[in-house]
Amino acid sequence: MDLSLTDEQKLIVDQVRRFVREEIVPLEDGLDPDADSLPPEDHERLARRVAEMGLYGLDIPPEFGGPDVDIVTRTLLAIEMSQHRAGLYAPCYNVFGGAGLAQMFEANDDQKQRFLFPMLRGEKKTFFGLTEPSGGSDPARAIQTRAVRDGDDWVINGAKMFISGADRADFGLVFARTDPGKGRAGVTCFIVETDTPGFHVRRIVHTLRAARYATELQFEDMRVPHANVLGEVNGGFAIANDRVSRQRIPYAATCIGVAVKAQELAVEYAGIRETFGDKLAHRQGIQWMVVENEIDIRQSLWITLAAADKARRGEAFRTDSALAKIVATEASGRVVDRAMQIHGGYGVTKDLPFERWYREMRIRRIGEGPNEVQRHIVARDLFGSSLR
Amino acid sequence: MAVRLDRPWRRLDAEAVAGLSGQLGVYQLSDDGATVRAIHRVDARSLFGLRGELGRELEERGEGLFFRLEVNHQPRTRWLELMMVHKADHGSLPAWNPPEDGEGLGRLSPA
Repeated sequence: MDLSLTDEQKLIVDQVRRFVREEIVPLEDGLDPDADSLPPEDHERLARRVAEMGLYGLDIPPEFGGPDVDIVTRTLLAIEMSQHRAGLYAPCYNVFGGAGLAQMFEANDDQKQRFLFPMLRGEKKTFFGLTEPSGGSDPARAIQTRAVRDGDDWVINGAKMFISGADRADFGLVFARTDPGKGRAGVTCFIVETDTPGFHVRRIVHTLRAARYATELQFEDMRVPHANVLGEVNGGFAIANDRVSRQRIPYAATCIGVAVKAQELAVEYAGIRETFGDKLAHRQGIQWMVVENEIDIRQSLWITLAAADKARRGEAFRTDSALAKIVATEASGRVVDRAMQIHGGYGVTKDLPFERWYREMRIRRIGEGPNEVQRHIVARDLFGSSLR
Repeated sequence: MAVRLDRPWRRLDAEAVAGLSGQLGVYQLSDDGATVRAIHRVDARSLFGLRGELGRELEERGEGLFFRLEVNHQPRTRWLELMMVHKADHGSLPAWNPPEDGEGLGRLSPA
């Protein structure tokens, strides 16, 4: 396995690194410590810069107008783009554009016209409605939201939990049970417009992530046309699952980027701060913390890049992306914790980014499938499919 | 946690301000002790937290107002929630909030 960067990758990575350091980081001095967006004029200006760099819409497939960035390069860029205060959940404040819901690339021609293309043009905002109050790790069994066919419509009743962006969305994907006796083969994915009667955003769910919130949704006799079924009836689980493994790789990479930045700040501070007549960098206790950070970062980096390389080559990478998710989220949490400790009292203030990273990084062990579920995926691979 | 901030209103005066903490949170202002005129957040950029910001309100607007607050370490998302709830209940933002406070605000239909 050769993970050395090509000349083109070096160029792009260097370009994005400079962009983050020269354009994004200086702006953060004037923002709220928990800000997740830039003032509109700054956002537009920087999005134009990104477009000039040829990198706008990084996650949009080239056939839909996105730049043709392979997953290894995308992983390298994710590591660079997250190296600032808001970087974990709002890398570069989204000035690189988003692909919206990756599952929408499964849409039929009519749905592409009505939903996918407006989403890609940034005209329509979206949400992803999978998790329910009954759970999210095992959606095939936990989904209790019911959809019943009634003529040309489906009537949906139920609730969704921890749904980001639903209060501001124009439409979203809602997974509902259409055949109660079939487990994961009885779930269908619906495209739901948020102005549909019976669609309610009942409350905001506040979490450790102070910049953004989740919402709780309720559906009361919500009628959705059959034409809004995404994919096949009872084929929703495959749609939900299809891109999840791939998304775990940049998810891991984003954590690594924050860890890299935390380590950089820790090394810098340890070289300046003096206690009892000597620099922290000269204390073995501090040196070992920094070395442990480096071990955590490098292990995460190689495991994540290896997963990305397998995905790029078209090989099975489900286990590899699960391992990357486990290692990167846990290791990066430790790195942020040690960097915070090295900074002492300042480390826990909102003057520095560590307290935000510390809170947000904790969520990463749960988001995109809890690490226990990822371990189950790896164990199933090691023991064979007999492990249920 | 209740969605609405429906605690009793208190008079905004020097004595009340002096008794406030310097913590983060959200507060509402009223001119009649019933109608919400403004909803604001106090984040880590404020020098003296809720005490500092409500002290500033008293200095700038004078006595005769009412306030109520919630100490909350997530003032940003709680503020967004209160603004959305107000809009859902009344169809508009509080009168003293500038229009830009409504930009990008989501839609909530609390039970």
